[in-house]
Amino acid sequence: MSLIEIQNLYKSFGGLSAVQDFNFRLDKGELVGLIGPNGAGKTTVFNLITGVYKPDKGSIIFNEKNIAGMPPYTICARGIARTFQNIRLFNDLTVLDNVKIAAHKDVPYGLLTSILRTPSFFKGEAMIEQEAMKYLEIFKLADKKDELAKNLPYGEQRRLEIARALATKPTLLILDEPAAGMNPNETKKLMELIEWIRKDFDLSILLIEHDMSLVMGVCERIYVLDYGSIIAEGLPVEIRNNKKVIEAYLGEEVE
Amino acid sequence: MQEYKNNWARFCGEVLILAALFTLVQYLITAGLLDQYYQINLTSMFINIILAVSLNLINGFTGQLSLGHAGFMAVGAYTSVILTQMLGQPFIVGLIVACMVSALAGFIIGVPTLRLKGDYLAIATLAFGEIIRVILQNIDYVNGPAGILGITKMTTWPWLFGATILTIVVIVNLINSSYGRAIISVREDEVASELMGVNTTTYKVLAFVFGAMFAGLAGALYAHFFYIIKPETFNFLKSFDILVMVVLGGLGSTTGAIIAAVFITALTAALQAFPAIRMILYALILIIVMIFRPQGLMGNKELSRQTFGKIWSGRK
Amino acid sequence: MLEFIQQMINGLSLGAIYALIALGYTMVYGIIKLINFAHGDIMMVGAFVGYFSLTLFGTNIIVAMVFSMVVCAVLGVLIEKIAYRPLRNSTRIAALITAIGVSLFLEYATIFILGPAQKVFPEAAFKIKAYNIAGLSILNKDVFVIISAVVLMLILQYIIKWTKTGKAMRAVSLDMEAAVLMGISVDKTISITFAIGSALAAAAGVMYGVYYSTVNPLMGIIPGLKAFVAAVLGGIGIIPGAMAGGFIMGLLETMVSGYGNSLYRDAVAFGVLILILLIKPTGLFGKDSGEKV
Repeated sequence: MSLIEIQNLYKSFGGLSAVQDFNFRLDKGELVGLIGPNGAGKTTVFNLITGVYKPDKGSIIFNEKNIAGMPPYTICARGIARTFQNIRLFNDLTVLDNVKIAAHKDVPYGLLTSILRTPSFFKGEAMIEQEAMKYLEIFKLADKKDELAKNLPYGEQRRLEIARALATKPTLLILDEPAAGMNPNETKKLMELIEWIRKDFDLSILLIEHDMSLVMGVCERIYVLDYGSIIAEGLPVEIRNNKKVIEAYLGEEVE
Repeated sequence: MQEYKNNWARFCGEVLILAALFTLVQYLITAGLLDQYYQINLTSMFINIILAVSLNLINGFTGQLSLGHAGFMAVGAYTSVILTQMLGQPFIVGLIVACMVSALAGFIIGVPTLRLKGDYLAIATLAFGEIIRVILQNIDYVNGPAGILGITKMTTWPWLFGATILTIVVIVNLINSSYGRAIISVREDEVASELMGVNTTTYKVLAFVFGAMFAGLAGALYAHFFYIIKPETFNFLKSFDILVMVVLGGLGSTTGAIIAAVFITALTAALQAFPAIRMILYALILIIVMIFRPQGLMGNKELSRQTFGKIWSGRK
Repeated sequence: MLEFIQQMINGLSLGAIYALIALGYTMVYGIIKLINFAHGDIMMVGAFVGYFSLTLFGTNIIVAMVFSMVVCAVLGVLIEKIAYRPLRNSTRIAALITAIGVSLFLEYATIFILGPAQKVFPEAAFKIKAYNIAGLSILNKDVFVIISAVVLMLILQYIIKWTKTGKAMRAVSLDMEAAVLMGISVDKTISITFAIGSALAAAAGVMYGVYYSTVNPLMGIIPGLKAFVAAVLGGIGIIPGAMAGGFIMGLLETMVSGYGNSLYRDAVAFGVLILILLIKPTGLFGKDSGEKV
């Protein structure tokens, strides 16, 4: 039973067709990669899945429900979380508050309660804090909990973004170029982190990446996108040797 | 346990300070030591505090620029006056209904308008504020442009003080909760906020409705102290007045809004004889703050217990 | 029928004035995405400069208009340099708030210097004559306003389409960074845009003085707002849109005032604005482009 299945997805902006006839499948527990040259439409696909854009045609079946066209906050509540190509943290909020936002969709007290400050408010806040601190500790950000997100170094900002996404308790995690700006050492650590969170949080993961060492290293299956259409799909070793993919994206090996 | 005792002690301390302030002013008034001039300015000051703190919720914390706040003040003012003067209701009823009606106005205007972004939203709110004024100018029941005169003075110091404290407490409690975090996340990054499960439209409207409600409360208090209201009183210049306070204090700081409201009221009083100079100063404040210190006086920091504690103990 | 055409002519004159002001709004928004709140007040300054040119220096109306256009062009460039340029990389909200500040400053500095009372344009500067054509009484001031406006708009079109400056303006409004890479001086181009927009507003101000014969420091607010609505109606950032929008708003207002309730005349502008923003914010000539995430 597939966790998410996309059929015949189309999206155009004005006269420009960004995604055409996109078909995709991800089963529970899988780690799938989406690669392709810049401008191929990968982030557009992510935006379509997470509800930022509404598709012109096609369906996105997640947990047996078609989520195409639903607003982002509903899709998040249904269990899809994501990180961004250019990190989008809540810059003027603290590290801790950034993660606490993830808990808001399941906030344990009402609006009136927060204004009247009844005991259930304090209990609820303590619970939210405890949960958030759990994630910070896992991602080794606990000592920076009161630091403003914008003051963190780049690598820690990336970790915070992943922590925040995980705090929404997703079943499908979507990572948009998580290794952007990282050196080979950091990328290796990221690969370990991805494998680890996948096991520990029982996640399915879909990622966009340009760093081939990461893609080939962790992905079980890969889809290749070019000019909005899938040009290849399969195991890493198949993709590596696929003529069309090499032409469009990977490049020929120098003889 | 110690933390709990500390919190409780601090809370009692704050209540005592406020009670002392209240009693002091009440005494001065009853003893006739506070003449007309000071009473007028004190009332203006507290009404401005309510206006600034409520506008700050929309502009500062939610990051939605609203330029029509005076319109909600008008709705509250007129509603309360209709209730107390024409329908003979007691003041408390006038206040409560004023709050409800301006909250409703906030909802009706907010839902369509908050779909717009940035400067389009700002212009739309400005337009709605003016539409409210024009509508009031054309309703005979409230005397159109001539307005309503001879409103019974019902805004006494206890009402004024109580309403202001209520406004500040409600807004501060709202902000320091999960709901407040959701509201601030809308300001910080609306797209990311939506993707983290926050229904940003709901929270924009929520902040707008609360802001409008308290502006209505301020309007009701205003009407029952300054005994005349006309549509012209609540024009876009009034909205700009409040904007100046919020910008000066710091978009996103309740403390800043309070301090700025106090300062601007004092400035207005001092420059009463020179209205053109006052407006020129406001203009310069807006320009200079935006260019040189866009975070205003307080930025988005609050004068919190921690800050006070550090000041007292002389630590950095 | 005759009455209707009479109203149409009034509407066109008013529309011409709105169109000239709307062009300034649309050009500035097109190039730096700023709603120049102070633009209506530049029209006011233009009207006053025209007034002083006529009364203090005793010039004729054309010289007064040209002089006013030059002064306001300089004023526009100064304002951009002092108040808006520092905020070019700030949020649009910050720039909007600053523009509100500039607007208030122009209004109240004028009140401070000249007092709040209105001034009357000297009659001698423009003797009102009426031409009788086919039973219609056409005033020469209508002819003056409409023809001057059309001439200025034609000159503007020429500048935009056929000069290097115009090309630079179009380039910067499409993509500022690319324009820099092409060797275009963005600062200079933006300054020129403000200069032209302000000059057109000044011309509108002088025409307003001729048409309504009085000027006062707060005269720019309402026409400014209506011209802004006109710009949004036509599609903010689109020059033919501003022209079309201006004439439409002028005609609309005259019709409402003539055949409807004149008390709601001003509210028409607000109503139109709300409707456009809710139904088609990109305006009549505008295209929809989504936000890239």
